[in-house]
Amino acid sequence: MKEKPCSNLQKLLVNGEFVVTAECGPPRGMLKEAVTAKGELLKGYVDAINVTDNQTAIVRMSSLAACVHLLEMGLEPVMQMVTRDRNRIALQSDLLGAYSLGIRNLLCLSGDHQSFGSQPDALNVFDIDSIQLLSMVETMRDTGRDMSGYELSHAPRMFAGAAANPFADPFEYRVIRLAKKIAAGAGFIQTQSIYNLPRFKEWMRLAREQGLTEEAYILGGITPLKSAGMAGYMAARVAGMDIPDEIIKRMRGVPKEKAGEEGMQICLETIEELKNTPGVSGVHIMAIESENLVAPIVKAAGLYPRPAAE
Amino acid sequence: MIVAEQKKISEIIEMVSPYRKVLVLGCGTCVKTCFAGGEDEVAVLASLLRLAFEKQGNSKEISEFTIERQCEDEFIQEAAEAIGRNEAVLSLACGAGVQDIARRFKNVPVLPGVNTTFVGVMEDRGLFTEECLCCGDCRLGQYGAVCVLTRCAKKLSNGPCGGSRNGKCEVNPETDCAWQLVIDRMRELGQLDSLREYIPPRDWRTSNAGGPRKLFREDMVA
Ligand code: SF4
Repeated sequence: MKEKPCSNLQKLLVNGEFVVTAECGPPRGMLKEAVTAKGELLKGYVDAINVTDNQTAIVRMSSLAACVHLLEMGLEPVMQMVTRDRNRIALQSDLLGAYSLGIRNLLCLSGDHQSFGSQPDALNVFDIDSIQLLSMVETMRDTGRDMSGYELSHAPRMFAGAAANPFADPFEYRVIRLAKKIAAGAGFIQTQSIYNLPRFKEWMRLAREQGLTEEAYILGGITPLKSAGMAGYMAARVAGMDIPDEIIKRMRGVPKEKAGEEGMQICLETIEELKNTPGVSGVHIMAIESENLVAPIVKAAGLYPRPAAE
Repeated sequence: MIVAEQKKISEIIEMVSPYRKVLVLGCGTCVKTCFAGGEDEVAVLASLLRLAFEKQGNSKEISEFTIERQCEDEFIQEAAEAIGRNEAVLSLACGAGVQDIARRFKNVPVLPGVNTTFVGVMEDRGLFTEECLCCGDCRLGQYGAVCVLTRCAKKLSNGPCGGSRNGKCEVNPETDCAWQLVIDRMRELGQLDSLREYIPPRDWRTSNAGGPRKLFREDMVA
């Protein structure tokens, strides 16, 4: 973290800014406008935009291509890369290609299992896992060598990040896993959506205790709930999601037309808590096909305007 | 053991229907233990086939024979005579057995009567579970004797994914999360700390990714 930052996102974090990132899912189609429209909604309100990689194992425009569309708008993408669909050869090749196109942030993931997607009959790859991918990115950055040890003409200096889910089991291993990701090369961490604050804070406490917040920047995940139905569905059906009963009760406790407002309120309360949690360096807003909600959240949370990008 | 499951009777009927004389050939080792292709299963399947073809008014001769192992020449030879009397063999052995029979008997079609599913164990009465992918580079020692390559749906080497919940796998809530099993076991062994270690990518050459594998034991060549 001491050397020259690889990306603007890294620079802001190094400068101690409380950063805001948001997620943008590419379309199930090839229209550039579908990406740029989302980019327009986010422009000025976030510091970087995560572009998902065939999330939930559904075929979409490639993350790489969608990242380039955002770059052309002057936005900074965080390219997500999963190990589900590509072996190490393809991953390294795409990393080099991404760098050549101007992408400087990479989020390393294993990916949702294909059985959740629209093509459960597909073969998966999982040649390497997310931690090995982080190590690959770090090695290429720091040594300029690919996984075979071959010396590349230049080192692709990517700011590498990882996901973490403080709410998954077994809890005692969650911080060990975080430590492993950071040791393997994760400079930033974006967490699963936070609804269970006590558990998140306990996880943060353990992370601080192990000095992990000194070694990587942790961005807390935020997903605005739009309805009680959505809350119930996510709690029951989305892998790795922890939505406590109180939150579901709160969403059910308001009339339907007020549910969106209540969801927004929960988001703002969470962001406020995160700002005051030592070791949290920002928020990552995953609005899942409701990118229009990001600007109002950022404004209402007092996180607007964003510091100027260079 | 190698675990297999008998194919659907309709599929078997379709496969054998071009032949007038069919030998249902059982195997007395793995597939017997998992109730897919031992002597008993051979008898039941042969009767079912006879009944089915009789109903169709199709006269066929279905005979039965079971050998100890279809993957060992010594036993395969015992079936030579029975195979010679038939037009086709319906083998209830695993894929290795089917191929080994075919290798020895060039002029007889050999058809698979079971789907070979995995290398596993009978965990409970009637419940078979997959335990080994035959990767050729066993790391069970690192993982408390739980194979994460086989039993984690994402083949994760460095810890559980974000979907592990209450000990179950996100991919199938009926299946244990392999990583939960690893962690529980390592905790019991007092070795949880060893899971902090970074495990580098695998060398898949020892697996089937390197092409079909061969094992040559010079010491066995007398
Ligand atoms: S839940 Fe456990 S077994 Fe299933 S994919 Fe995740 S780590 Fe692997």
